[in-house]
Amino acid sequence: MKYIDEFRDGALAKNIAANIAREADPQRRYHLMEFCGGHTHAISRYGIADLLPANVRMIHGPGCPVCVLPAGRVENAVQLVQMPGLILCCYGDMLRVPAANGMSLLKAKARGADVRMVYSSADAVKIAQENPQRQVVFFAIGFETTTPPTAVAIRQAQALGLKNFTVFCNHVLTPSAISHILQSPEIRQLGVLTLDGFIGPAHVSTVIGSRPYEYFAEEFQKPVVIAGFEPLDVMQAILMLVRQLNEGRAEVENEFSRAVTRDGNVKAQQLVAEVFELRRVFEWRGLGLIPYSALRIKAQYADYDTELRFDIPALSIADNKACKCGAILRGVKRPQDCKLFGTVCTPDNPMGSCMVSSEGACAAYYSYGRFREAA
Amino acid sequence: MSTIKPNYTRPLDFKHGRVDMTHGSGGRAMAQLIDELFVAAFDNEFLRQMNDQARFPAPQGRMVMSTDSHVVSPLFFPGGDIGCLSVHGTINDVAMSGARPLYLSAGFILEEGFPLADLKRIIESMAQASRDAGVPVITGDTKVVEQGKGDGVFITTTGIGVVPEGVNISGERARPGDKILVSGMLGDHGVAVMSLRENLTFHTSIQSDTAALHGLVADMVAAVPDIHVLRDPTRGGLATTLNEIARQSAVGMMLHENQLPIREQVKAACEFLGLDPLYVANEGKLAAICAPEDAERLLQVMRAHPLGRDAAIVGEVIEDSHCFVQMETAFGGRRVVDWLTGEQLPRIC
Repeated sequence: MKYIDEFRDGALAKNIAANIAREADPQRRYHLMEFCGGHTHAISRYGIADLLPANVRMIHGPGCPVCVLPAGRVENAVQLVQMPGLILCCYGDMLRVPAANGMSLLKAKARGADVRMVYSSADAVKIAQENPQRQVVFFAIGFETTTPPTAVAIRQAQALGLKNFTVFCNHVLTPSAISHILQSPEIRQLGVLTLDGFIGPAHVSTVIGSRPYEYFAEEFQKPVVIAGFEPLDVMQAILMLVRQLNEGRAEVENEFSRAVTRDGNVKAQQLVAEVFELRRVFEWRGLGLIPYSALRIKAQYADYDTELRFDIPALSIADNKACKCGAILRGVKRPQDCKLFGTVCTPDNPMGSCMVSSEGACAAYYSYGRFREAA
Repeated sequence: MSTIKPNYTRPLDFKHGRVDMTHGSGGRAMAQLIDELFVAAFDNEFLRQMNDQARFPAPQGRMVMSTDSHVVSPLFFPGGDIGCLSVHGTINDVAMSGARPLYLSAGFILEEGFPLADLKRIIESMAQASRDAGVPVITGDTKVVEQGKGDGVFITTTGIGVVPEGVNISGERARPGDKILVSGMLGDHGVAVMSLRENLTFHTSIQSDTAALHGLVADMVAAVPDIHVLRDPTRGGLATTLNEIARQSAVGMMLHENQLPIREQVKAACEFLGLDPLYVANEGKLAAICAPEDAERLLQVMRAHPLGRDAAIVGEVIEDSHCFVQMETAFGGRRVVDWLTGEQLPRIC
């Protein structure tokens, strides 16, 4: 595949691996967090951990939108779809996310609810057009990457004069989550976890640009390298982080320069700003309440807001007590440190959020990395 | 002179007609559907007996039997349809024991309102597949369900066959050191069917690989009678098939990503849809496991057959108490190729 295979070249990978091994100082440790689920997936799927020296450790961050969506919001969707005639459209990986009482959208579907898997927000608008007698709800989730398409869908629905289309908005913001992790007691005060640097998001950064990370690099003195989702991108970013750390620098560097600029996609940003505004506070699964970390639909688009059209109660559903997702999402624990991991909590029967999506730290480790434990 | 023809029945309207409840009622309408469509298409000496069962001579030796229901959506897809698929699917399940498939039975569940033109197309495709394979459909059954209670047509086929003397192919016979072979390009069927799904619709030149593999198997068994395992990687793809065998044989496996035969278009479609070709269905491919000393000969025999042209050795069986299927990635790392979680794509066959 042109433009893909170039970034999966095994010979080049060996080259970069050799550079990392040569340049990484054996006297120190490099704890690098990849924020995005996309990077976690690439690291697991291509076996990147096998190519790194023992003192370069990757810590999986909370950047999987399915994983951080609190069970209460999923339960809201499960309850909503019980409404006669209502069609709920969602991205495929939302279907299996557990809500309350062992329910999920997939199970609700099996009991007769009309849940449709869509690949894009535009498909949801199309379904609303085709079913004018029925209420159609788009279950919008994701970071800055999926937010602009949701804004487009709302604008489209308005232009088409659709009266039966609303959006259940759960869009969250990457910079707030990174701040939250860096300000967590484990890192700031307790010193339990040392985070030496970040691999910055790929697709999110194409929208928001590299500028928002400059604050973290400066304030927390942590280097950030924005990287693409292909395995060579990740390898190159690791090398760039090792170099920054060796040289005592804490800067924002852009490995993904083929797609990311400093300012990002200004048009998409304007669109988002027109349709959405900040929520005062939003719950993240595993991380708790984070102020100003999510978006809601502005008053001028209130007609398209599911939360205003229907009665959506604020639900807070606690995860299983033994579940370590919160600590895993903050990088304090590893999947294999959790008692539930691989026993009662598996991708087929996920208990916690990190096991739900293939981009979640636990699921990626379970599906691709277990042999390391076994060996 | 009378214009009334004696014993005249107006033939079924295969152009505009539709299945209705009488076609499954056991009455005259059903008899007519059977005569004009099923018997006409599948015509053979056993079916012509017109009994509720087919009587046939039993061959010597060990017999195998397999059954498979087909619910693919859409019913017609690039490279095939539910008709030929239902013949190939069961022939292949029988053939994966090393057997020569002999006879098929077919059960149809039709939905009221289903166009007779589509049904005719499906039955003719099925009959063609059966003739090409030399495996006749010798008995069958038809039921009709009310509109909304089915999805056009579901087909269940059962096949029986006979295993040659000295052949003992079974899922628990994989041994550490054995080689793993596949007969050709992986993932074609799944991608072809997916390309027509209403919520996807992308254009591709990929055709389903649906095919009857018993001819290929016969050549393989003749050359290497001691093949340890054969299985066709249908739903869940090669990954699922190898995990099943690993568990049955209590072994591990190591695949080599850069040796897996996968078309560029299939790779691209999977990349685009976030799927892994190892988990995408095939309908005309097989995986074979044999002793290392037999592998090269088996590979040559497979490549000499039209359905095995792109055959390749893709990995080895290893010792592993965890029964992990692993893969050396083309990138130079290693990963587990796990059981399929959830459903990658429903109703693929």
